Amino acid sequence: MLETIRFKLNGRPVRLEVNGERTLLWVLRTDLGVTGPKYGCGEGLCGACTVLADNEAVLSCQITIKDIAGSEITTIEGLAQNGKLHPLQQAFVEHAGFQCGYCTPGMILKAYSLLADNPTPSRQDIIDGMDENLCRCGAHTRIVAAIETASRRMKGGMK
Amino acid sequence: MKSSSKMSRREFLKRLGVLGGGVIIGFNTFDSRLWARKPRAGFLGAGIPTDFNAFLRIGANNRIALYTGKIEMGQGVMTSIPQLLAEELYVNIEAVDIIMGDTDLCPWDAGTFGSLSIRHFGVFLREAAVEARGVLLELAADRLNAPIGRLATENGFIFDSSSPTLRVSYGELTQGNIIEKYLDDLPPLKPLSAFEIMGKSVPRRDALEKVTGTAKFSGDIRLKGMLYAKILRQPAHGAKLIKADTAAAKKIDGLQIVEQGDFIAVLHKHPDVAQQGLARINAQFDRPKTGINDRTIFDHLLKSTPTPEIASQGGNLKTGEKKAATVIEKTYYNSYVSHAPMEPHAAVADFDGKKLTVWASTQTPFRVKDMIAGQLDLSADQVRVITPYLGGAFGGKSASQQALEAARLAKRLRKPVQVAWSRAEEFFFDTFRPAAIVKIKSGIDSAGKMTLWDYNVYYAGMRGSKQFYEIPHHKEVVHGRWRGLSGRYHPFAVGPWRAPANNTNTYARDMQLNLMAAKAGADPLQFRLAHLKDRRMLNVLRAAAEKFGWQPIKTPSGRGYGIACGIDAGTYVAFMAEVEVDKGSGSVDVKRVVCAQDMGVVVNPEGAATQMEGCITMGLGYALAEEVRFSDGELLDLNFDTYSIPTFSWLPKIETVILENPNLAPQGGGEPAIIGMGGVVATAIYDAVGAAVFQLPMTPERVKAALRQV
Ligand code: FES
Ligand code: FES
Repeated sequence: MLETIRFKLNGRPVRLEVNGERTLLWVLRTDLGVTGPKYGCGEGLCGACTVLADNEAVLSCQITIKDIAGSEITTIEGLAQNGKLHPLQQAFVEHAGFQCGYCTPGMILKAYSLLADNPTPSRQDIIDGMDENLCRCGAHTRIVAAIETASRRMKGGMK
Repeated sequence: MKSSSKMSRREFLKRLGVLGGGVIIGFNTFDSRLWARKPRAGFLGAGIPTDFNAFLRIGANNRIALYTGKIEMGQGVMTSIPQLLAEELYVNIEAVDIIMGDTDLCPWDAGTFGSLSIRHFGVFLREAAVEARGVLLELAADRLNAPIGRLATENGFIFDSSSPTLRVSYGELTQGNIIEKYLDDLPPLKPLSAFEIMGKSVPRRDALEKVTGTAKFSGDIRLKGMLYAKILRQPAHGAKLIKADTAAAKKIDGLQIVEQGDFIAVLHKHPDVAQQGLARINAQFDRPKTGINDRTIFDHLLKSTPTPEIASQGGNLKTGEKKAATVIEKTYYNSYVSHAPMEPHAAVADFDGKKLTVWASTQTPFRVKDMIAGQLDLSADQVRVITPYLGGAFGGKSASQQALEAARLAKRLRKPVQVAWSRAEEFFFDTFRPAAIVKIKSGIDSAGKMTLWDYNVYYAGMRGSKQFYEIPHHKEVVHGRWRGLSGRYHPFAVGPWRAPANNTNTYARDMQLNLMAAKAGADPLQFRLAHLKDRRMLNVLRAAAEKFGWQPIKTPSGRGYGIACGIDAGTYVAFMAEVEVDKGSGSVDVKRVVCAQDMGVVVNPEGAATQMEGCITMGLGYALAEEVRFSDGELLDLNFDTYSIPTFSWLPKIETVILENPNLAPQGGGEPAIIGMGGVVATAIYDAVGAAVFQLPMTPERVKAALRQV
């Protein structure tokens, strides 16, 4: 059944006529052509599809479009502001916090959410917080280092 | 069907014409020297053009376009390959643009595997650059009216060294055209000692795209009117479709169904709706009862084994056994392991009636092109394969069945079609690392010297099986490689998995060596050093020991120190690790891994270290947890809930050492640092608690079982 769903996507208002039961991941990737969120497992087991809903990391393969009506959704495409990389993105570049890059959007957004909750995480906090995001290439050590660097630079602030 | 590796001169120029420009400069349009250049040899080389124009094009703006059939799957060659070109062409690395894995634009290539991009393709590219530069110098001599001997090159300019203001850029000379002019003799490549750009860490070219989400993977390609296809799959390997009822699926609005024999696909403009349609198909299959599962597999495999090949041998095994005071005979096993890249296979195909264009997540674009042309009755030049970024591959994206599926549907429907496998399909169709068995009988004399090494490896393969220790009487026999055994011996497809065969061989060898060292009452490192003459191996072992702070003591020492070493893709690598074993649960915590590597000249040190860390982290998986379970052709692990791969909480402290070896050309870098992970963890567990685990992965149950034998 089609319904009208409104939400904000990367700062811009979106209005969709869709079946509200459809999965956010596929609506983003196909209807809206936003391909930053990736499919990795479809069952909430890998974190590749992570997006932010009102600044909190959610698995877009596990929620419906109806669930996020009225929310503010941020995908990796919306993280840089006015062409300026977010400190997390910058730190991922500097530390080469990726290899193939397929897990990267999910990693960065999960880290964003982690730092929003705990701006000065210990190394162990980072490891615990990121543990459900999978990376097959083994970029883990550099991802941890990148998050540490970003957290230091952001000095507790989110920008 | 003609293979795309055999290309006539006319076709070749036509292909170069696709790149734009196309006015040919030079003197002799039919310069015979072009084809007189010594043809390359071998499966990997023969199809690669000798004309340097195939590898590079210099624009009027002095930017260099580099063409390579290699693909970027995370290993970083997109960044390191341009270093090679910039070095030999004397241009700034930033002036080089790289175009990868496009079969219409790039020179033929066998595929991206085997850590060959730098050590094999890299040589051809450097030769191309050297010749191009030589030709440019000739052109510049004319232009500047100066003798060639007085000319020098720097940053894409050629100048008269006696009056440096007299200069011309490469781009002014070529104007973006093919340079139809060749040298009689290929000048020598730059000596390794003269490298200025190679050996420096340069930032990754894909970084910005990958952190902003603009990096495109095959599944991210969007074409107008594109349909997403989901394909009916059998529930088990060997299952046959009896009948399928698609009536319920057909009721979904906008759903299209293609039925060709037992190939049934549902297509929709939304992949999730196509998936729902697929779920509505009521299909019945005849399923095989083979009795083969992950527990019976080893007996099955050993029942009849493939023809043996001798990897290496020396002396006489009988004599070796006679001289031995102690003989140890052990059998090692390893399970099937999945590649499980985070990006499942995906492809998009578009057919305009004449040309079929396929974007595919593949390590072998040219092979895929030939396969599609052959299967779909098209000529080779009707098919173009383009390779966007790959989200990991590790050897698992060679068969590329998904590309054929997309191509088949696109040709039939005359609409762009995307086939993106689900995680379950990814596991089901994976070409697993083969289950394997290694039998070793080895002996030491009363002085603790090894006299005997009788080695038989089944199904893993050749790589890493050759003997490199000084053992007077030895024989290494390989019974079956990973290639060509899928149907008859294995219940599903197997294939190359990062450093194929070497993980298995190194695990068995190192565990056996530590059992021998234990018998000899020797420290495992000293035991190895005492049986080695090979300088490179001695060097990496010593470097690892120094970094690790290895203190000699006999094993098991209770410290939980492990050791492993081997040779892969021309690179020497040594590992040391520290583990903690929980005797109650059998779980193993790897606390620290040191890895020292001699890979010849290092093109991009930072990139090389990243690859090593990736190998070490990934290797923990096959050492401790990864194993594909199955029964009667059905895969029991179809997602990450039951197939666990290493995560952040597994992370040991990882330290890498790259030895300087400026006299050796660059060797492999994407695989060697994974080969010892089974061995180093196995020997560390043994050192910690005296339990020898004879099967990978060393799960808590297997560690507990081994503890009971102590
Ligand atoms: S795709 Fe959503 S968690 Fe894996
Ligand atoms: S970088 Fe490849 S999966 Fe993480």
